[in-house]
Amino acid sequence: MMAKVYGEPVIELPHDLYIPPDALEIVLEAFEGPLDLLLYLIRKENLDILDIPMAPLTRQYLEYVEMMRSTNLELAAEYLVMAAMLIEIKSRLLLPRPPAAAPVEEDPRAELVRRLLEYERMKKAAQGLDELPQVGRDVIAISVWIEKTVSQSLPDVNPRDLAEAWRGLLHRARLSAHHRVSREELSVRAHMSSILRALRERRVVEFGELFDPQRGVAVLVVTFLALLELARELLVEITQSAGFGPIYVKLAHAQSA
Amino acid sequence: MLNPLEAKRILEAALLASQEPVSATELKRLFDGELGVDAIRKLLAELAEEWKGRAVELVSLSSGWRFQTRAEFQPYLERLFPERPPRYSRAVMETLAIIAYRQPVTRGDIEDVRGVGVSTQIIQALETRGWIDVVGHRETPGRPALYATTTKFLDDLGLRSLEELPPLEEIAKTLQLEVVPTAEAEVREPQEEAATGTDG
Repeated sequence: MMAKVYGEPVIELPHDLYIPPDALEIVLEAFEGPLDLLLYLIRKENLDILDIPMAPLTRQYLEYVEMMRSTNLELAAEYLVMAAMLIEIKSRLLLPRPPAAAPVEEDPRAELVRRLLEYERMKKAAQGLDELPQVGRDVIAISVWIEKTVSQSLPDVNPRDLAEAWRGLLHRARLSAHHRVSREELSVRAHMSSILRALRERRVVEFGELFDPQRGVAVLVVTFLALLELARELLVEITQSAGFGPIYVKLAHAQSA
Repeated sequence: MLNPLEAKRILEAALLASQEPVSATELKRLFDGELGVDAIRKLLAELAEEWKGRAVELVSLSSGWRFQTRAEFQPYLERLFPERPPRYSRAVMETLAIIAYRQPVTRGDIEDVRGVGVSTQIIQALETRGWIDVVGHRETPGRPALYATTTKFLDDLGLRSLEELPPLEEIAKTLQLEVVPTAEAEVREPQEEAATGTDG
């Protein structure tokens, strides 16, 4: 004969609750949290979710929590909150019902049931989404090869910007002018070479970097002339991507020369 | 005047050359006003029909039309291109499901449903993928961000609109309603495992 309490058959505790301690972590990882664990217990035991027998469910749940504690697992707070909630519901169910005349109190399990059902719905929905073919995972977006190479158009240098940069350099040179007589070799060609050398090492150099204001105005002038000469002879390319933006100097393409 | 066959081939070329979905309105530009959106849609439907049975199909998505390989060939393609993107974890998929079906939602709403905290990495993974974004803030303390799914989410899952999401399952309140026997004596034998020991 089946034992019945309040007309319901008594649910037997599952016998497979024992989990080897070293496997517990894996088991817990299989659950997405306390709601997931509760759902598992309810579905496994075929319990009526609208009429959850709180005592056995709470007992099972606490056994899991106890296992987590005994293996010193860092117990997520959510699991403890749920344990407290289960015990609270259970204790409210144990309290004597108010007389029939009093306003009917909502079943303390109602909120738990609502949450469990919504969670289960979303859990199933997640599985449904995962089954949809996903681009990159299940299907590949097709794109045939298409000739898209457009000759890269480099912006022209605005002469005014070049002049502006030059004036800035001169200004800085004056500020840092030393009263020292320098014996610089002021040949334009020599500076052309040194610029080319700098460019061979660095590929692209910012306009200002080619100048050393410390060495005085005369050197600046020669360097500037050398740069203009290099540009005229198509040995270097001077580009600027936006007005008042940095001006770049780079070696002209060997082929195009 | 463009003949329809020619127009269809032009559409085909444009769609084959584009990896991103292209809308009928965008495709209109191909014809410089010679064809209307309705005519283009009709040609696209014909084109999709023509490609039936091939390895590649023309599909209609949220933001337009796209050619893609058929899912059935993916197992073979993976042998050739083994760098398969990993599956998202259950946590990510559940978060995505809640945003997709209950949007717009805050992180707190998601945590309410899942019963656990939602990590920033999960939200970031979905944002980086371009599947969700912030559409506003709820005017409650802290002004939490409201998340919703994007057009890219629909495109990447092969959907035209949220209405095409798999319908939410009506969850059975009990898994199986076992018939509780009224006359226990009759039923005890056929029952395989239950009620063998206890004598109430």
